This record gives sequence, structure tokens and C-alpha cells, in this order.
Amino acid sequence: MSAPAFINIQNLSVGYTSQSGEIIRVLRDVSLSINRGESIGLVGESGSGKSTLALAALGFFKRGLRALEGDVEFDGIDMLALERDDLQAIRGGRLALIPQNSGQSLTPTLRIGQQVAEALRLHSQLDESDFEARVVELLTQVRLPEPATLVSRFPHELSGGQQQRVAVAMALAGEPDALLLDEPTTGLDVTTQAHILELLRDLASERNMAMLYVSHDLGAISRVCDRVVVMYAGEIALKGTTKQVLLAPRHPYAHGLLASIPRLTQTSLPLALDGRPPMPGETITGCAFADRCALADERCQSTPPALKQLESGEEVRCFHPDRIDQLPVVNKAAANKTVTQKGEVSADHGGDALGLNQLAISYAKPSLWNQLFSSGSTPPATVDNINISIRTGETLGLVGESGSGKSTILKAIAGLISPKTGHLVLNGEARLTPKVEDRPALHLRQIQMIFQNPDDSLNPRHTIAQILAQPLRLYFSLTGEELRQRSIELLERVRLGSHYLDRLPSQLSGGEKQRVAVARAFAAEPAIVLCDEVTSALDVSVQAAVLDLLNELKTQQGTTYIFVSHDLAVVKAISNRVAVLYQGRLCEIGPADAVYSGPFHPYTDVLLGAVLEPDPDFVPKLSADDVVELSPPETGCPFQRRCPRKLGKICETDTPPARLFDNGHQINCHIPETDL
Amino acid sequence: MSTAALTENPAKRQRYVAVLLDVMSRPSGAIGLSLVVFHVCLAIISPVIAPYDFKLQDASLMLSQPSNAHWLGADHLGRDIFSRTMLGGREALLVTGIATPLAVLWGGFVGILFGLTGGRLDEVLMRIVDAFLSLPWILKMLVLIVTFGTGLEVLIPTLAFFYGIPVIRIARAATHDVIARDFVWAAKARGHSRISIIWRELLPNVLDTLMVEGAMRWSWMLLAFSSLSFLGFGVSPPTPDWGLMISDARGYMSFAPWGVIGPVVALSSLIIGINLTADALAKALGIDRAQKAPV
Amino acid sequence: MLTMILRRIFLGLATISIVSLIIFAGVEILPGDACTQYLEQDQADVELLEKCRDDLNLNRPAHQRYTEWALGALTGDLGMSVNGEAKISDLVGARFANSLLLAFFALLVGVPLAMLLGVITGLWRDRKPDIIFSTIAIFAMTIPEFVSATLLILVFSVWLGWLPGIVLTSAGSPISEFFPEILLPVIVLSLVMTAHVMRMVRSSVIEVMASDYVQMATLKGVPYWQMVFRHALPNALLPAINVVALTIAWLLGGVVVIEVVFNYPGLGRMMIDAISDRDLPVVQAIALIVASIYVCINLTADLMTMIANPKLRTMYLRK
Repeated sequence: MSAPAFINIQNLSVGYTSQSGEIIRVLRDVSLSINRGESIGLVGESGSGKSTLALAALGFFKRGLRALEGDVEFDGIDMLALERDDLQAIRGGRLALIPQNSGQSLTPTLRIGQQVAEALRLHSQLDESDFEARVVELLTQVRLPEPATLVSRFPHELSGGQQQRVAVAMALAGEPDALLLDEPTTGLDVTTQAHILELLRDLASERNMAMLYVSHDLGAISRVCDRVVVMYAGEIALKGTTKQVLLAPRHPYAHGLLASIPRLTQTSLPLALDGRPPMPGETITGCAFADRCALADERCQSTPPALKQLESGEEVRCFHPDRIDQLPVVNKAAANKTVTQKGEVSADHGGDALGLNQLAISYAKPSLWNQLFSSGSTPPATVDNINISIRTGETLGLVGESGSGKSTILKAIAGLISPKTGHLVLNGEARLTPKVEDRPALHLRQIQMIFQNPDDSLNPRHTIAQILAQPLRLYFSLTGEELRQRSIELLERVRLGSHYLDRLPSQLSGGEKQRVAVARAFAAEPAIVLCDEVTSALDVSVQAAVLDLLNELKTQQGTTYIFVSHDLAVVKAISNRVAVLYQGRLCEIGPADAVYSGPFHPYTDVLLGAVLEPDPDFVPKLSADDVVELSPPETGCPFQRRCPRKLGKICETDTPPARLFDNGHQINCHIPETDL
Repeated sequence: MSTAALTENPAKRQRYVAVLLDVMSRPSGAIGLSLVVFHVCLAIISPVIAPYDFKLQDASLMLSQPSNAHWLGADHLGRDIFSRTMLGGREALLVTGIATPLAVLWGGFVGILFGLTGGRLDEVLMRIVDAFLSLPWILKMLVLIVTFGTGLEVLIPTLAFFYGIPVIRIARAATHDVIARDFVWAAKARGHSRISIIWRELLPNVLDTLMVEGAMRWSWMLLAFSSLSFLGFGVSPPTPDWGLMISDARGYMSFAPWGVIGPVVALSSLIIGINLTADALAKALGIDRAQKAPV
Repeated sequence: MLTMILRRIFLGLATISIVSLIIFAGVEILPGDACTQYLEQDQADVELLEKCRDDLNLNRPAHQRYTEWALGALTGDLGMSVNGEAKISDLVGARFANSLLLAFFALLVGVPLAMLLGVITGLWRDRKPDIIFSTIAIFAMTIPEFVSATLLILVFSVWLGWLPGIVLTSAGSPISEFFPEILLPVIVLSLVMTAHVMRMVRSSVIEVMASDYVQMATLKGVPYWQMVFRHALPNALLPAINVVALTIAWLLGGVVVIEVVFNYPGLGRMMIDAISDRDLPVVQAIALIVASIYVCINLTADLMTMIANPKLRTMYLRK
């Protein structure tokens, strides 16, 4: 590189002083340069320092953090030496940020129009009188509907996707030369995410901007970026073109990270990356990744590797970039996700673990005790007409965007919400009492639930021993040494040791906590385990490990799973059969392979089209608008308002008929079988 | 799990030790806690170490200045102010020391109960709580005290009753926060009994809030107690009490101003000590109490 | 929105009715009544007592007397005091005006000062101004009012002789005559309330300054002070409305101790005198007035917050 880059970060270290006076580094000797018209993706797991780096490019450090050494230059300007006023002139003007959570990044007391106009006032040469027109223009540019009325709205009146678009408009107001994007699509539904990414791509190519795109999602990065930088424990582990990094990563960590991502093109479970990254401040003698690396030798443990350039152009922080090929690519052990006892589809559903018959649920907010201990009131049904039978030993995946009612169905099965109509049948015979209090002990034990966020589902005041003891005492009346032995057994089964018994949840990492939650569910020796977004709160590499664990337990015990997730690739990886839900109504159900390969329900098609694969050659197809619907339509098909293949009046008035295909593949749609 | 097992658990004990250490490591906590401990110790041993009898009147010493024999001088009846100051917190600490736990106990119990029940009953209770809170504390207390006297058997239940009412609100809100969390749902889905859920899942999590609340109640109760004494409705003479002493000495402030110094410093330092401790405790437990107004 | 406001008002009225019930029941339960008090209970012979009770209608059933009392209170008739022949509404009126005066000046000084200091300490968190003011606030907040009042009298009145340490003006006097006597009580009161409100504002400012939207405003290039005034403060000061309301209610509810210390002829001292004299009708009347003020002010604050906060506004509009 001869001329200095547009954004030029050299040997930057960022850290804070701990209570004991030690200097803790969260970024260590990081160099990164971005030229005009170039977009760089910055990936890493939570805590890798990627957001800190992006904010440092703006000369900004979160409270407590500071630059320890190194330089940050923007177009030749030293951002770390700048006065506050000069810095503010650049921020949001030539160098703009699009933040992670726009819902919280827009000032709640100011109208959308005021906030965008403020950016214009600060960074454009326009007259005050032209602001209004320009604001509308900007909002139109980011493809927001009805921009003229939107200007007088407050942020909370917009959907998540709309808020994100407003943030983009605000960034564009200053006609930026460079954009920093900090996880701009995290937390959005797949279709919304795909639309925002397309918008960003178009903008970047139109304006020849420099872009730094921070994300944990390699799929999103592959769609937007030319080059990718992989961060690990505050250091750069690998730098290269998107193709190099995503298709043939030359660093063991990047390799492992990629292998741990579940993909639509893959039928087996992804490969887990065991262990956890070192915490900031932990002493690292050699390579930070050595403890988790299959290629690590003595040198890796004792000498920190330097970032060095390979012949092919990548920069790698590893002693063994040539030995990457020796690492496994697919998960051989878990490649066969089996239905443990193949249940034949018979007329009387004899082999069913659980049947949902004509289930309808009116969802009341699950926050107050009266919903816990008494039945709630009856607003219009949020979940309706659900008929699903789950066969013994299979994994049924429930997918859909937020608000599709998938978690509500799980809560009804667990007895936490009483259905309005319909009933549940356990093991093909016993009708399950709707309320959990009225269920016999045997039924209680047979159905167990694992929640999304282990921080919330494990009592922070209980030790792991106490947490595991709860089901063991309740269902098996174990005490004393027996109880202890069984708890240790359970911990070992989820690959944790007996030394975890006396710890509190706060002393565990996210993945470890979720393992404890899994162990707690399996302590009951259940027949059916309900998994509610169990991997959504976890990093990808940890997610793969939890999926692997769940699959292994199932194979050992013949458990039936109902697995709820918004992530289609995860559902595909673990499920035998998949049900697609929209607005609390069933759109499609069938064997996983059939649902993912077609024929498709139009909604399934839209969903699958929006999924991003960590593959630079993959192009998503966007067919429907990402409008957020607050309630299901009164009659007809639930998807009528967004459907790209809507036939006409019939979709609004008549409930779609079930179209049947091979292997029990069923699609509820007015479009005839042959056209789906 | 029995209560014994709960307290014997090393990780739990570690947590309480950690919280205590955290409190001590903050300047406010260290100063506050030492002040409180000092006052409690003083209250216990003062009858033994006080240099003079608190009742002993010496007409020759009336309103005399501080001297080597009488460090803080003597009051209008010629009694040693230093000795009386040392003894002046015993009554207050005894009354509030018993009334505070009682207040937190009954307020916490009712608050949790109604937080769980919800529904109309809860609505009605909250109106009653609001109604009680809308009456000035001093009016509620005085009416009872004037009618029934100022003995411990009146003061303790009266303070405990009225200071438990705002605790109901706090405990109810904390209960609502906890029962919305997944671990309560998880216990419920497993089929644990209501009692077991309250005892194991809810209580340990509400306890932190109640602990901080208790510390705050203590300081406000002390304030109320000494105010009552000051107004002449608290401790009856000749028992030494800071509020009463300040009230007495005020009359002679224009020519014997030293009389107020001892009790003022003693009373203020104890209340400040409790407040600093409560502050540090809230921070150590991760609870923000600055938002709460002293109702 | 309107139904929400009406609902709130209804709840407020419900609270006031419950208060009136509590007050009435409380007085009923206590041993003795107006007549035993009036006739010096030990010597009163039974006949006199009965006659007195008949005169005062005390022999009728409690619910009738409650209805009568409550209806009277609604029309401003609070009954007669026990010892004097005076109407309670007249007695209370003058005292209430005095309490209002004291509260007005305390608020005038306290609220702006509290806001200012709260913002300063919040913005300069953990730096010198914060440490200094926060420490002072802890002292001002925790030291009993009669102690700080005593100390101030000692300094300003006894030693320096700048301000009178006691109020000698009588209850019905015009406002101008309360100066400069009213100054010390105002100082003490505003000291306490400033400390409370300041601490609340401080923590609210700190919370808002750490929010994502303030960080975003900074990274959008908004100059510091503009960020503070446009983005941070409108959000930080919203919760202050409720705290200020509580303070006002506290001030109007009769600040008994301060009034006694300074001999100020306000509602608080009247209350304490009435209790000492066991003049129960007066106690009932004062309690009802103070409680109603408390409920009304809190109601107003709730409604103001609802109107000022866009989020709450739409939430209720939707309902």
C-alpha cells in the first residue's frame, strides 16, 4: 500500500484500567485500512472487540475505555488528536455510523423528521427551508412507506425494520464518504434483514463509499463485503478477500467458525467449536486460540504468532496456515440425525408422542401471576386451527418470524397457557389437561421445556446443584448421595464436570448455562422436550455445540423434540419434520427435506429466499415486502396481505385448503398442487 | 431443599461474603458500616463506660461550659451531657432495631402475597396502601401515641405497622419483576407446588430488594423516632434521648450553644452511617435506589 | 386517552374515599370521643355526657354520621371544633394559606436548584462537582430537619444575628409581615427537598447519558451541549415530574417539625395542637385535606408524565 488508506487504523490497542489498577486490553495491536469504494466485513464472536474497533474509527470509546497506543486516521486526519468540535464536525457527516439497535438509538422524545433534519442542519449546506423536502427524499431513498406522514412519527411507533431504515437515512443525510455499520441487521426478521442489506449494497455501490461492516453473521457479511477481517480475543486472526476467508479460510478459528454455521445446503449438523475465548485480561502466553485449536503444538502454547502475509495475499495470525486442510469439515459423528423409532404414519396415529388437535390460543401477555395461576381473558385468537401430530422419537421444527405464534404453541403444550379451543393428546391416548396444575405427575415429568435465554431460565440465586436437584427431588424423590451422584451423571452427560455443582449461573459462560438448562430438562427423563429458541442467545460456535448435544441426547434416549426457532438453517439441521407458521396459522408441514426443497408454500418460499448463506456467490431472492403485521386477518389465508402469488378474492375470504404431497407433506394454499 | 442446606452451601456463603466485602471496599460503605457498628457497640456498652450517672443533677453545673471533667458541659439540670449523649441512642436503637425487621417482614409478606394474587383483591389493597401513604406519617403516629401512650409496647408496633405499608409496594413490584422471568415459568412447567415456587424461586430474588429497603426503613424510622422525641411525644424524661436533648438544649441555645453539639453529632452520624451503608449495599447488590422517594 | 384520564381520576377519587373511611374509622376506634374530651372525661357524669352526645348527634349509628361528615366535607363544611365554637373550615383556611406560602417559596428555590445541581452532578459524574454536591446532598437529606434547623438558627440567628430564628407573626397576617422571619424555614425546607430531587435527577441523567440514543447523537456529530439539551435532558427530566409532585405533597401536608421549630403558624402545627388537645373533628378535617392534596398532586403528575412522554401517550391512545 503506497498511498495511505481512507480509513487507516495502525497498531491500535484499546483498554481500560481495572479496579485493581491493572491495564486490561480489549483490542491488541490492531491494524486495518479501508479505501474508498471498498467494503470490509469485521467478524468475530461476542467479546472479540469488533464493535470497539468500529467505534474507534470514529475516535469514540465507550465509557472507561481509552486508546492505549496506535493511530486512527480518517482521510489523513488524526482522529485521536482532534478537538471535540472538530471531531463532531466529521462524525455523522463525512464518516457516519449506523448503529446496532436503532430502536434504542433514536431519541424517544424527538420525531423522526426532527432527528433526520438535525443531521442535515449539522452536516449539509442546505437552507433550513429545504430541510423538509430533503428529509422526505431521504426517507424515500431508504424505501420507507409514506415518508411524508412518517416524519411526524415518534421512533417507538415504527417497526424494527423501519427504525433501522431511519437510521440509514440519518447517516445518508450528511452525504458520508464512509459508513460504519455496527451489527445493523441483528435482531431483525430474515426478510427484513435481507431487504436492509440489499439497500446497503445499492447505496455503497452508488456512492463509492468506504464501508466497515461489523457483524457476527457471516451470511450478511458475504452479501455486502469485498474483504473480511476475522477478530479473535481482541486481535486480528485473519484478513483476506471475502472469497478467501469464506471459502478457504487459512486460520483454524475462521475454519471452525465457518464449519459451525448451519447451512440450508447441508443436511447434517454443523461442527461444534469447543471451549471458549480468553476473557480480556486473562494471561495469554502463546496463541490466543491455542486452547481450542486441534493443530496447536508446543510453540503455539508458548509463543504468540505474528500476523504474516501468505503468498495468496491473506494475512494470518497462525503458525500452521498450511495445515488447515487437516481439520475436519463436516460433523461425521452427528451426520445421521435419526428418527430413533421410525414411526409409521398410520390412520389412528398410534405412534404419536403428541397430538395437537384443532388448537386455538388467545395470547395474553405472560407477565403477571394471574396468567400463571389462573386463566386469562379472551381477546381474538393469535394461534388458530393447528393440527399437528408429533411422532415418537422425531424432531419437529417450528419456524416462522416474530409473532408467528411458535413459542405460544410451546407454552400451551407445557400447560402455561390454556388453549381457547382444541386439545392435546399424549402418546396417542391420554388427553392432556390444559392447565399444568391439573396434570398428573407422570405427564408433568414426560414433557420438559428448555427456554431461549439461560440467564433468565436459571435462577441466579441457585447453585447448579440446586438447579439440578429440583426435578430430581420432584419426580424421583432423590436425596443425599444418590441425588449428588445423579446430578454429576447429568452434568457429565452435557459435558460438564462435577466441579460445576457448587457454582452459581453467573459464574458460567452462556453455552455452559444452556447446557445446565439442558441437563435440568433431561433430569426428568422426559419423553418430549420443548426447545424454545434454545440457541438464539448464543454465539454460532456455541450454538453448534448445543445442537450437537441435543442430537446426541436424543439418539441415546429416544426423546421427541419440538424445536422452535426463527433460524431456518438451524431448524433444518436438527429437524426430521418442519412446520412453517405465519400469524399463528399453519402454512406448511412436512419432512424437512421436502419443506426445504419444494414444492413451497409462498411464505416458505419468501422465507427461504431471504436466508443468507456465508457464501459470496449466494444471492438471496426477495419476493415479498417486509411489512410487519400486528394481527392476523379475520378470514382467508394468514399470508394474504404479503403474498407475492396471491390469486385474488378467494385468498381473503376462504381458508386455504390443504394440498397434500408425498410423505405427509402438506401445504395450506389456494394455489393448486401442480403450481406450488 | 431445607433451609439448612441453603445456608450451608459454600457458593451462597461466598456471595454474602462477597457482598459484604464489596460494601466494605466502597468508601461510603466502609465509613457507613463503621459508623453503624460504632453506634451499636456504644449503645451496648455505654451503661458501663459512661463517666457519670445520666440522672445525676448537680445545680452548680447548670448549663456549664465544656471542661476537663465534663467534656460537653452540662445541661439545664446540671447533668453531664457527654454521658447522656453516649446513652442517648439506646432507646432509639432498641425501638427501631426491633420495629424495622417487623416492618419489612409484614410488609414484605403482604406485598409478595398480593403481588402473586393479582386481580381485584390486589387492586383494592393497592388503593388502601395509597390511602395510608397519603396521610402524613406524623399524624398517623401521633394519634396512636397520644391515645395509647409512649411506651415501647406502643412505639414498636406503631412504627412497625406504618413503616411496613410502603414496603408492601416495593415487595409487590419486586414480585412482579421476578415472576415474569423464565425460571419461574420453568418451575411452574415442571409442576412444582405454589409454595415451593414462592420459597425457592421467588423469595431468594426478592430478598435483596427487601434488604436494601430494610436499611432505608431503618434510617427513616430513626428519623421519625427522634422527631417524635423532639416534639415531646417519644421517650419520657429523664431517660436520655438525642431528640429530647436537642429539644431541651434549644431553649438555652443563645447562651449555652454547646448543649446541642453532642446529640446533634451523634444522631446525624448514626443516620448518615445507615444511609451510606444502604447506598453501598444497593450498589453491591446491583439495585438502584436513587429513584425511590421517601414516602 | 380520555378514558385513560377518566380512569385515573376515578382511581384517585376511590383512594380519597378510602382515606376518608380510614380517617373516620380510625377516630371511631380510638377510645373516647368529642364529648368525653370536652367534659374532661374523669369527672363527667353520665347524664351530661349523654346530653352532650345527643347535642352533637354522636348517638346515631356510625354509617349515618360518616355519610353526613363526608357530604359536609364535599361542600366545604368540615364541622365545628370541639373546644371553640369556631367553624373548622375558617380555622384551617388561614393555616393552609400559610403552609401554601412556605411551600411556594421552598419550591421556588428548591426545584430549579435541584434540577440544576442534578444535571451538573449527573454530567460530571464521579468528578469534583459531583463528589462535592452529592456529599452535601447526603448530609442534607439524612440529617433530621430539626437538627439542621437548630444548626442554622445557631449560626445565622444566634452567632451571626442575620436572620430571626423564630416566627412571631400570627396566623392571619398579610404575607409581607412574614419577612424576613420566613427565610430560615424556607432555607431548611429547600435544603431537604433539593437534596432528594437532585439525587433523583442525577441518577436519571446518568442513566440517559449512558443510553444508546445519546451515544448515537454524539456519533451523529451533535455538539455536546446541543446533545445534552435536545436529546438527553427531555428524557432525563421526565421522571422528575413525579418526584417533584411527591415533594409538593409533602410540603403542603404540613411540615410539622419545621413549623414547631420555627413556631410557624401553618397546618402542621395546627395538626399537632389538635392532636394534643384531642380535638378530633379538627384532626379529621386536616387529615382529609392533606390526603386529598396528596392524591390530587400525584394524579396531576401522572397525567403530566403521560402527556409529556410520547411513548406513554400512544400507548394510551391505542387503548
